[in-house]
Amino acid sequence: MSLPPNNSAVVTPAWWRTRAGQNSRRGTGLGLGLVTLYLSFLVLIPLGAVIWKSQSQGWSEGWRQVTSPQAWAALKLTLTISVGVAAFNLVMGTIIAWVLVRDDFPGKGAIELFIDLPFALPTIVAGVVLLSLYGPRSPVHYNIAFTRTAITVAMLFVTLPFVVRTVQPVLIELDRDMEAAAASLGASPFLIARRIILPNLVPAMLTGTGLAFARAIGEFGSISLLSGNLPFHTEVSAVNIYNQIQSDNTVGAAAQSTVLLVIAFVVLFVLDRLKRWGGRRG
Amino acid sequence: MAESNGVIAVRGSGRPVGRYGLRFVALGYLLVLLAAPVAMVFYRAFRHGLGPIWSSLTTSEARSAIEVTLIVAVSAVVLNTLFGVGAALLLVRRQFPGRHLLDVLVDIPQAVSPIVVGLALILVYGKFGFFGSWIERNGLKIIFSLPGMVLATAFVSLPLVVRSVAPVLAEIGDEQEQAARTLGASSWQTFRRITFPSIRDALAYGVVLSLARSLGEYGAVTVVSGHVVGKTVTLTLFIDERLQNFDQTAAYSAAVLLAIIAMGSLLISRRLRTRSRSRA
Amino acid sequence: MSISVRNVSKTFAQFKALDNVSVDIPTGSLTALLGPSGSGKSTLLRVIAGLDTADEGTVSIEDRDATHLPPQRRGVGFVFQHYAPFKHMTVYDNIAFGLTVRKASKAETKAKVTELLELVHLEKFQTRYPAQLSGGQRQRMALARALAVEPRVLLLDEPFGALDAQVRKELRTWLRRLHDEMHVTTVIVTHDQEEAMEVADEVVVLQDGRVQQVGAPAEVYEHPANDWVMSFLGPVTHFGDLLVRPHDLDLAHEPSDDALPATVVRVTRLGFQTRVDMESKGAPIYAQLAREATGRLTLEPGAQVHVRHVRGESVPARVGATPIADDVL
Repeated sequence: MSLPPNNSAVVTPAWWRTRAGQNSRRGTGLGLGLVTLYLSFLVLIPLGAVIWKSQSQGWSEGWRQVTSPQAWAALKLTLTISVGVAAFNLVMGTIIAWVLVRDDFPGKGAIELFIDLPFALPTIVAGVVLLSLYGPRSPVHYNIAFTRTAITVAMLFVTLPFVVRTVQPVLIELDRDMEAAAASLGASPFLIARRIILPNLVPAMLTGTGLAFARAIGEFGSISLLSGNLPFHTEVSAVNIYNQIQSDNTVGAAAQSTVLLVIAFVVLFVLDRLKRWGGRRG
Repeated sequence: MAESNGVIAVRGSGRPVGRYGLRFVALGYLLVLLAAPVAMVFYRAFRHGLGPIWSSLTTSEARSAIEVTLIVAVSAVVLNTLFGVGAALLLVRRQFPGRHLLDVLVDIPQAVSPIVVGLALILVYGKFGFFGSWIERNGLKIIFSLPGMVLATAFVSLPLVVRSVAPVLAEIGDEQEQAARTLGASSWQTFRRITFPSIRDALAYGVVLSLARSLGEYGAVTVVSGHVVGKTVTLTLFIDERLQNFDQTAAYSAAVLLAIIAMGSLLISRRLRTRSRSRA
Repeated sequence: MSISVRNVSKTFAQFKALDNVSVDIPTGSLTALLGPSGSGKSTLLRVIAGLDTADEGTVSIEDRDATHLPPQRRGVGFVFQHYAPFKHMTVYDNIAFGLTVRKASKAETKAKVTELLELVHLEKFQTRYPAQLSGGQRQRMALARALAVEPRVLLLDEPFGALDAQVRKELRTWLRRLHDEMHVTTVIVTHDQEEAMEVADEVVVLQDGRVQQVGAPAEVYEHPANDWVMSFLGPVTHFGDLLVRPHDLDLAHEPSDDALPATVVRVTRLGFQTRVDMESKGAPIYAQLAREATGRLTLEPGAQVHVRHVRGESVPARVGATPIADDVL
């Protein structure tokens, strides 16, 4: 989110020094205190606990847990499929956003609305939904249960809206005159799309892809229902962590969780930097 | 200014092949991944009429699951609404060191796997967690009980209210509020009579999103819940439990119920968002 | 003829933007399409460029029918009101774009772009991005970009509309000089009659999607085709049931046959001119006189004078129609 600029015009200085201003400053202090307290006890301390726990028996123990055969297999599987899914979404999401913004056909409004369904749907319901059509009782006899395809499909489902929703507003705001200018200079529609439109969409595409990736590596409900969670074959990190929690191996669970957290944050951070670097150019 | 025609603002371009090709790919994908499976669930659930659905959703387990879900979700939403409005006001209307940090922190829940959320809460509020002994000594129970589930749900839906309200706050600007203050209104009066009415639709939008998310949380809740039927089982956990007991009817019924709630929330929030935008 | 537009009509939803418009743009001229908003001038320009399609009619560019050609193939350069810069490209790449599309060699491109950068005085900015330029600089870049592909026709859609008054005037003069040097057929759309008068060889006045008059600036100003054109292009006041220019009126204390009796309501001194607001037979009328002319008169509210129309044209005022530029001081 872009915050309002950090200028002192936000608060009139003279008023700030009055009694009402004093009260308001106290209000800010109080509000900030409460907000910080809430965030700390709900988010920061718990996440800190995860990181702390993963090294509570030493970093090497934590690392050993992460690299233990089953956990490592789960991690590799999760990351591989997530990257593929994110990349696929990059392309597909942009296409869908394009069709929603630049094309028109009956039923577009309904699609526009229900694109967000994977956001709103509980993950286990997503699992049930996919299972009903692509599971053992599939009416089209396409059963992907207990396969790696199931993981891919589940991830694709839950990450569907991400790239679409970040690209769509940018596409809507795009200055059509730029395209007209390029056309008047002789560029074919394909060239216009490639050299004028796409470059302006890249920041949004990257953001959406990063969000999709972060979502995919952590997905649990839908995958666990569809993939059968077969160790070394269709078990993803989230499932493995869950199992570790169930068997009281909190260090192992925490260590893997830390790895997932770090990956997610690094990806989002890198993308944020990329966007800023690109954004400098207007 | 006159609007141009054609797919890319250029007459005679956007070759029909290109346009229909893209449309076909997009619609085909959405059909296979989204529309068809959802339709299938509805078909399976309603195939034998409303009777089976009604009976499986009115068992005592189902009813308590619904009840628990509502309690947990509403509590989480209330907490996050208070937080959300406060954080939004702070981020948009105030300066303080660490403002940008707060902005970033609010988004963290989006990047955390629900299982990790559950683990994190157990490590702090569980029997052997950081505050575990303090909690025990005071006779409280957080993990494996409703409070823990509320925390888990609040965690995952944390950013939703903030991110709905903050942009609107930024857009409408603080001039009206300044005017109110010069006329003698206190901070609370200014908020109640000037700020709040102007963010009401955006707030409602955030609350609806938050509620939908909270009603549907599964991963985080499954970790911190004790799965005590009738006590700490939400609708999502109910679906899981029914599936494990091969009670497809009940599972599908609950799934369809949650799907309908999800769709309804999309419709309502869309309506609220357009209203909030047209007001701003 | 560089551009020939014949019987072009275009409707947007219910709104008829162009109504059977026919216009000829002479080769090498600088023509202004002048009119208020909604008059159809921008639409006409876009139809000429191929950015919009006419519902009826034809467009020829240099004697070749261009009606069904896409903008890529019309050989037109287009400059937009809000510059339409390629935000993600440097100034150099912006200007070079048309050349890269045509797959010109690096050397050719560099030569041409450098030449244009010098022409528009942006040499020092070539590695900057449009976001780092001022409005005037962006517009100069847009012009250079359009000229890079040596278009047969240059079309400018209110190119200075988004700029400050001072910058507008400077760029206006600069455009005229550029045209005198390069002699590219140029069509400029504007709602600012001062701009059209100053810059153009020929003015096409449009209103309600129709051509009202075509001619040289002096021609349309001094011999307006109708009352609307007259009032759009300059100040007007009612003289009986005629429309005249307030500076074409003379006042005297003595009556005469062709004079209108009037009572002075207000006298305002504006620098070297004096404005006299009067009332004649219940209708307002005002005259703009040179300072010297008022010397011999006693002008006070309530004084009786006689108003004569001593030079210039008059146009019958349409009953009920309120001219645009009537009186607001």
